[in-house]
Amino acid sequence: MPDVFSKASRFDGTGRSGITIFMGQKKKQGRSAKQTRGKQPQRQVPKSTETIEFRVPSDPKVLKIVRLSVSWLCELAGFSEEDRNSTTLAVDEACSNIIRHAYQGDIHQPIIITCKLLDNGIEITLQDFGRSVREEEIKPRDLDEVRPGGLGVHLIRSVMDVVHYESNEEEGNKLTLAKYVRVN
Amino acid sequence: MLEVSTHPVGNAVVVKITGDVDLYSSPEVRKTIIGLTKNKEKNILIDLSQVAYMDSSGVATLVEGLQQVGRYKGTLKLFGLDAAVREVFELSRLDKVFEIYTTEAEALETIAK
Repeated sequence: MPDVFSKASRFDGTGRSGITIFMGQKKKQGRSAKQTRGKQPQRQVPKSTETIEFRVPSDPKVLKIVRLSVSWLCELAGFSEEDRNSTTLAVDEACSNIIRHAYQGDIHQPIIITCKLLDNGIEITLQDFGRSVREEEIKPRDLDEVRPGGLGVHLIRSVMDVVHYESNEEEGNKLTLAKYVRVN
Repeated sequence: MLEVSTHPVGNAVVVKITGDVDLYSSPEVRKTIIGLTKNKEKNILIDLSQVAYMDSSGVATLVEGLQQVGRYKGTLKLFGLDAAVREVFELSRLDKVFEIYTTEAEALETIAK
């Protein structure tokens, strides 16, 4: 398979090329199978079986496309309808936050969404190259105060099992979200 | 695409929303609701029976409407929420802040004649 991921990671800074989707097997990381032959793995790490990458402009118009795609991936991951809906909501809220806060309403900037189907769930990374968000903006607000706005972060943290934000000059801002299939 | 329409029913105005309410479409919902509150519409019922998805911007729009009607002692009530939309209100702990009914008839019954 051609190395589509490295191509997808390049961006022209305009985000005007529309929506692009790449799909394929994730490259093996760390030691090769040959190198680890005969050795027991030191810890159980969920295997990433498939990675799908979307590159969408920071335009609220495309949010529905993102939701439909994420919802379908959640179905492939074996999520219940409730978990599918909540994971889709979290990704939508994260994209909305990027559009509103990182890009401050500029609809022509890129958002790269990388979805990894795990053995036991899904991991979704949202990458942008806008303004990095201050820690206090990531914290959920007090819900006892009834007012419009500020609910997105609370919703994301309420429904996802993992929420991790990092920011650096080279890679921009990365929000990693993960949700695991619930075993009843 | 989102559609927002209004029609009078008894002592109330019903706002019927059809489609997903998200960052793209919520300004359209806001325009209608805030328009009604500027006219000090006494009773506003929001029909969400045709809304399969609502994000926090949609919820925020309804919170803003509720605050506006509160200023002139009006009411804003919701009905017809499907499970996914109700979940967003529950997660936001707003299911106890709004009056939420199953049907339009139930919501209408609670409005003083």
